[in-house]
Amino acid sequence: MAERKLMSGNEAVAQGALDAGCARGAGYPGTPSTEILENFDAIGGQAEWAPNEKVAAEVALGVAFAGAGALVTMKHVGLNVASDVLFTAAYSGVSGALVFAVADDPGLASSQNEQDTRRIGIAAGVPVIEPADAQEAYDFTMLAFSLSARWRIPVILRLTTRVCHTASIVAPADAKVVPVPARFVRDIPGRVMIPGHARIKHRELRAKLNEIREWCELEGPNKIIQGSSTGIVSAGVAYLHAREAAPQASFLKLGMTHPLPMRLILSFLKEKSAGFVIEENDPCLVEQIRAAGGDVPWNPDQYRMGELNVDRVRRMLARDPAPEAALPKGKPPRLCAGCPHGYVFEIFKKHDLIVAGDIGCYTLAALPPLSAMDSQICMGASIGVGLGLRHVLPETEARRVVSVIGDSTFMHSGLTGIAEMVYNPPATGHVVVVLDNLTTAMTGQQEHPATGRRLNHSPATRILIEDVVKALHVPNVLVFDPVRQASELEAELLKALQSNQLTVLIARQPCLLAAG
Amino acid sequence: MMADRVCNVRIAGLGGMGILKSSQLLASVLFQSGYDVKKAEVHGMSQRGGSVASDIRFGKEVLSPMIPNGEADYLLVLAEDELVLYPDALRPGGILIGPSIFAKTPLPNKKSLNVAMLGALSHYLDIPIEIWTANIRAGFPEKLQAVNFEAFNTGRNAVK
Repeated sequence: MAERKLMSGNEAVAQGALDAGCARGAGYPGTPSTEILENFDAIGGQAEWAPNEKVAAEVALGVAFAGAGALVTMKHVGLNVASDVLFTAAYSGVSGALVFAVADDPGLASSQNEQDTRRIGIAAGVPVIEPADAQEAYDFTMLAFSLSARWRIPVILRLTTRVCHTASIVAPADAKVVPVPARFVRDIPGRVMIPGHARIKHRELRAKLNEIREWCELEGPNKIIQGSSTGIVSAGVAYLHAREAAPQASFLKLGMTHPLPMRLILSFLKEKSAGFVIEENDPCLVEQIRAAGGDVPWNPDQYRMGELNVDRVRRMLARDPAPEAALPKGKPPRLCAGCPHGYVFEIFKKHDLIVAGDIGCYTLAALPPLSAMDSQICMGASIGVGLGLRHVLPETEARRVVSVIGDSTFMHSGLTGIAEMVYNPPATGHVVVVLDNLTTAMTGQQEHPATGRRLNHSPATRILIEDVVKALHVPNVLVFDPVRQASELEAELLKALQSNQLTVLIARQPCLLAAG
Repeated sequence: MMADRVCNVRIAGLGGMGILKSSQLLASVLFQSGYDVKKAEVHGMSQRGGSVASDIRFGKEVLSPMIPNGEADYLLVLAEDELVLYPDALRPGGILIGPSIFAKTPLPNKKSLNVAMLGALSHYLDIPIEIWTANIRAGFPEKLQAVNFEAFNTGRNAVK
């Protein structure tokens, strides 16, 4: 028997992918998903960071078109970026296997929203599998690959923070899947999604989902625990909280939350005097079960927000609508003492600039004492939002607008923003400051195309951000060391704000954490 | 006390204090001692000086990875100020271990506070010392072993 190990959920997904014969993993870093690919690389898998989640999903789809197994990893908001791939890959299907490991962040430990990936699974029409702990993360990753290969459909493995970052004991499988060699088999009507082909493929997709639903009813990864006449339907880590909160109750634990085995759910509930649904994030299960005629109550709305735990589940089962006590506030994270980004934000603050911000460590500059960021929405939004502000604000205010973006975020979603700036320049021009600390710092110093190193830190062609923006015809491009040349950077920034030119200032200095 | 009931340990402090390292060591020690173990923590912001806590639960079968309020058996707080975040964490009779245990027997190296706190915890847990020793040896590079063993023993003796 394979040796039992203590593994985090992310390690277990990596091991499950390797044991399922996955030929390549691609993704973009994002808490809490980042360690999946790092571990996949560490245990011998072929893993890469792509510039963003959409490209990662496209690479993975290509792998799966070639008949091999592919894993693509991201956080929940990353799937928004990759959803263009997912929605049509659901139609085309795959020849090998394609698993989207997507990590939700209920409670927003490190995210800009708490959206629920199950909604996207339903909208795209792909199966969604939800593990509760590391053992299931391993088993369900293997299952996701086998379902994907069997029905030739992308499968979402929906993870949450407490699954990704909880370590528990995993017994790996004895039998590993031996990968089949990749080879190209032409299938033009199956992979070229022009309307005439896609109409047919949409019907095929719905037929596949009906088959998968039947499979889920009869032999899906669901289990029933018989107890009292109170019946609780649950999934993911919420199930573990609920078992502990109500040890006497009966449980239907769902391993697949789309498509739902509704006959199984309704027959489970029918025998019970009271039925409940315990789920984290949106009321996806409650809505579907009620729509099918199941007698389960809505949970008070407050429980769709924040992370669940045993105490909260106890209150949910007591149907307690009383406002919950606010959690004690811990010490918030802050920019490291001496962080190069801090020098730039000091300048913004000194001149009371209007700062369209972006996603990264530097978003911490929005908090006191700096309070020097005015918006943060999604990867790359700093540039477009800054341009929009410039277009309509009165001239004196427009000249105070600056966009600020990190190096990894720039490679992820900044290039098209620069194209927009050059194509539709505001009358007052614009200034974009790229904070280049030569790493993806926020998620733990991952590589990206502008670091010159691949996921495993081996050398790669380095894309120089100044070369890219010059090639996109930005007329004024300057590089500074924000620590040693803070005053030069300040002078150049003020000059650029007063000109009607388009300017990109690159503040380059390695991350303190990377320096050690 | 470690019959069937799950035993709960929370290790709390600030980013950079080695909370995640010590919780990893503890979870490994418990796993090798034959318990079911879960260790839950939130990563991401921990390197930037924010509050960090890790829950380690062990016993015959652990369900939720997070310790319910009022059920912690041991609360290890590496930064005294952080204690205010966990007012209801301990169960009645639960044990608080804070840096004040080193008031009389100062630590040789403050960076090893995380391991010293584990030493103090080890006094209360029924786990063979060899398992602790093996995990500290496996958990640190050679040049850091002496200082960590010393810290562990200082902690273990400080609460005797």
